[in-house]
Amino acid sequence: MSPEDPLAGSSIEAVYDGEQGEFVAERKTGPLLEVEDLRVEFRTRDGVASVLNGVSYYVEAGETLAVLGESGSGKSVTAQTIMGILDVPPAVVLGGEVRFHGENLLAARPSRRMEVRGDGIAMIFQDALSALNPVFTVGFQIEEQLRVRRGMSRAEARKRAIELLDLVKIPNAKGRVKSYPHEFSGGMRQRAMIAMSLALDPELLIADEPTTALDVTVQAQIMDLLRDIQRERDMGLILITHDLGVVAEVADRIAVMYAGRIVEQADVFALFREPRHPYTEALLASLPRLDLKGQELTAIKGLPPSLARIPSGCPFHPRCARARDVCTKDVPEFRRLPGDRFSACHFAEELVRHG
Amino acid sequence: MTDPGTPGLETFAAAEVADLATADDSALQQRKPRSLWGDAWAQLRRKPMFYVSSVIILLVVLMAFFPGLFTSRPADFNDLNHQSEPPSADAWFGYSFQGYDIWARAMHGARATLIVGLLATVLTVLIGSLMGIIAGFYGRLTDSFISRFGDIFAGLPFILGAIVILTTLNPPGTTPSEARIVIQVVVSIAVLSWPVSMRIMRSATIVARQLDYVKAARALGASTRRIIFRHMLPNTVAPVLVYATIALGAFIAAEATLAYLGIGIRPPVVSWGVMINDGKDYVQTSPHELLFPAGLVTITVLAFVMLGDAVRDALDPKSR
Repeated sequence: MSPEDPLAGSSIEAVYDGEQGEFVAERKTGPLLEVEDLRVEFRTRDGVASVLNGVSYYVEAGETLAVLGESGSGKSVTAQTIMGILDVPPAVVLGGEVRFHGENLLAARPSRRMEVRGDGIAMIFQDALSALNPVFTVGFQIEEQLRVRRGMSRAEARKRAIELLDLVKIPNAKGRVKSYPHEFSGGMRQRAMIAMSLALDPELLIADEPTTALDVTVQAQIMDLLRDIQRERDMGLILITHDLGVVAEVADRIAVMYAGRIVEQADVFALFREPRHPYTEALLASLPRLDLKGQELTAIKGLPPSLARIPSGCPFHPRCARARDVCTKDVPEFRRLPGDRFSACHFAEELVRHG
Repeated sequence: MTDPGTPGLETFAAAEVADLATADDSALQQRKPRSLWGDAWAQLRRKPMFYVSSVIILLVVLMAFFPGLFTSRPADFNDLNHQSEPPSADAWFGYSFQGYDIWARAMHGARATLIVGLLATVLTVLIGSLMGIIAGFYGRLTDSFISRFGDIFAGLPFILGAIVILTTLNPPGTTPSEARIVIQVVVSIAVLSWPVSMRIMRSATIVARQLDYVKAARALGASTRRIIFRHMLPNTVAPVLVYATIALGAFIAAEATLAYLGIGIRPPVVSWGVMINDGKDYVQTSPHELLFPAGLVTITVLAFVMLGDAVRDALDPKSR
C-alpha cells in the first residue's frame, strides 16, 4: 500500500444527509479487505522458495479486484493465505497482515478465523469437480453450512439450497438439489460451487480462476453470473485469473503480480490504456490482435524466474526490454503514481512518455 | 500463462460425459441418481460370486444365532456308544472320539467362531482407522510416531505374538471364563493386526487431505472434526471396508489356529477351532473328526474373501 496509507483505520466525517436535511456524522471505515506486505515462503527439500515477497492490495465492498499474473506468480497463494487454508508446512507465513474490516486475521485465533471463513470471506475454486465432495449430493453440501452455521432445520436448509441453485441459474433446481457432483456438467458444477460459497452471504468472495477449466461460452456465462451476483449483493470480489479478456470485462481494478510481488495496480481502463510497468505492457502486447492478423505474436522472452532463485534487483529485469543497469541492482519501490495507481518500476514515468 | 490444454481438455471431456448422462437421465424420466454406494450395489448384484458368498455367510450367521434351526441336539450331546463313528443319517458329520455329534457341535460352535471373527474385525478396523486418520491428517511427527508404533506390532509374528499375550494372561492350568477368553482372543488379534488397516487408512487420508474439496470445506468454515469425519471419512472408508471383509475370514482362521494351539478358546466353549483341536489326534483313525470342522472354516473364510473381492471390484470404478 502507499506509504501514507490513506485507507487504514477509520475517521469521522460530517456528511450532508439529504433525507434528514442536516449534517450527520458518518463513519468512514477502511476497505473491506486489506492485504499488506504479505510474505510467504515454501520450505521444501529442494530449498526455500519465496512465493510471496511483500504483496499488498485492497478491496472495497462492491468492487471487483482482478489479480492477474502467470502461473506461479503467487496469486493463489495470496488467496489461500487470506483464507488461512495454506498447507503449513511446507508454507511459512513470514510476515504481513490480512485485515478484514480492520481486523488482522493472521493474528486472530483459529476459532475466529473459522467464523470468518464462509461467513465473511468465501472462496470458489478452479476445478469445481474436485472441489465438490463426490460422495454427497450438491444439495447436502450447501445445506450442511446452513444447518451447522445458521442452525437451520433440514427443511429450511433444503428450501434455501434450492433458492441458491436457482440464483446461480441451475435449471430445475428443485430436482437438481438431489444430484451428485458427477452428474453435473462442468459449467453447472462451477455454478453449484458458487451457490455453495454464497450460502452464508459472504461480504467478500475470492474466485480462484473460476473459469479456467471451462470452455469459452460457459466462461462468459459464469463471469456474467459472478458480476450480477456481486452487484446485487454489493459484495467484494477478488478475481484471480491469467485471462486478460476476462479481466477487461468484469474488473474495476487490476493488480498485476510477478514473482510474488504486485508490480502494478491500477484502474482497469487506465491499465489497459497506458500500462506503467514493462511487464503489463508486454502482457498486453502479447494479446492476439485482429488488425495484426497473420503476423507473429509478440511473446515475452524467457520464463518466469524460479522462486527459489529470484533475480537481484527488479525480478523482471532479465526479461525486460527496458532494463538498465539500475534494474539489476535495486529492487524498485512500489510507488504511487498520479491518478491513484501504483507501479513497481524505476521508469514508470518514462513509460508513459514512450508508450 | 498457465497452459489450459491438458486439464482443460480432461474436464471438458468429463463435462461432456456428464452431459450425455444428463440427457440419458431426462429420457429415462427421473432415474434415481446413483451415489458411489448405489453404484457399487448395482455392480455387486451382477456378480455370481457375490451371491454365492452371501448365501454361505448368511447360513453361517443363521448357525451362529439360531443353531436350533439346524440341529435339535445340544452342543454337548454325547453318546459314547457311537464313538468315532463315520457320518450317517443319524449324525451327518459322524461322531467324535468323545462321542459328540460333530454336526450338532459344529452348528453350536459357529457362534463363538463368528463372534470372535466379527469383534476382532470391528476392533481392528476401529483402532486402525482412527490411528490412520490421525497419522494421515496431522502428518509430520504424529505420523512418524504412529507409523513406527504400528511397525512394532506389524513386526511381531502373529502366532508368536498371540502365544505370548494369551499365555501371559492365562498361565497354563487356569481356566478362564467364556466371555473372558473370547475378549482376550479378540483383543490379541486386534492388537497384532491393526497396523494393516492403519496403513490403508493413513494413505487414503493423505490422498484425501490434499484434495480440493477438503480445502473447499475448510475455506467455507468447516471445523477440523467435521472435515475429518464428515468429508474425508466417506471417501476413505472404502478400502478399509474391503480389507475388513477379507480380514474377517482371516480372523476366523486365526481363531481356529489359536484354539488348535490350545491357547485360544477352549472347552467347555465350543468353536470350530476347538473341534479341530479335538480332532487332530485321530486324523489317521477317523479323519472326519478333523475334516468337517476344518472344511467349515475353509468354506467360511473363502466366502468372506470372495465377498471382499466382489466389494473391492464394485467400489473401484477402475477395475470395471
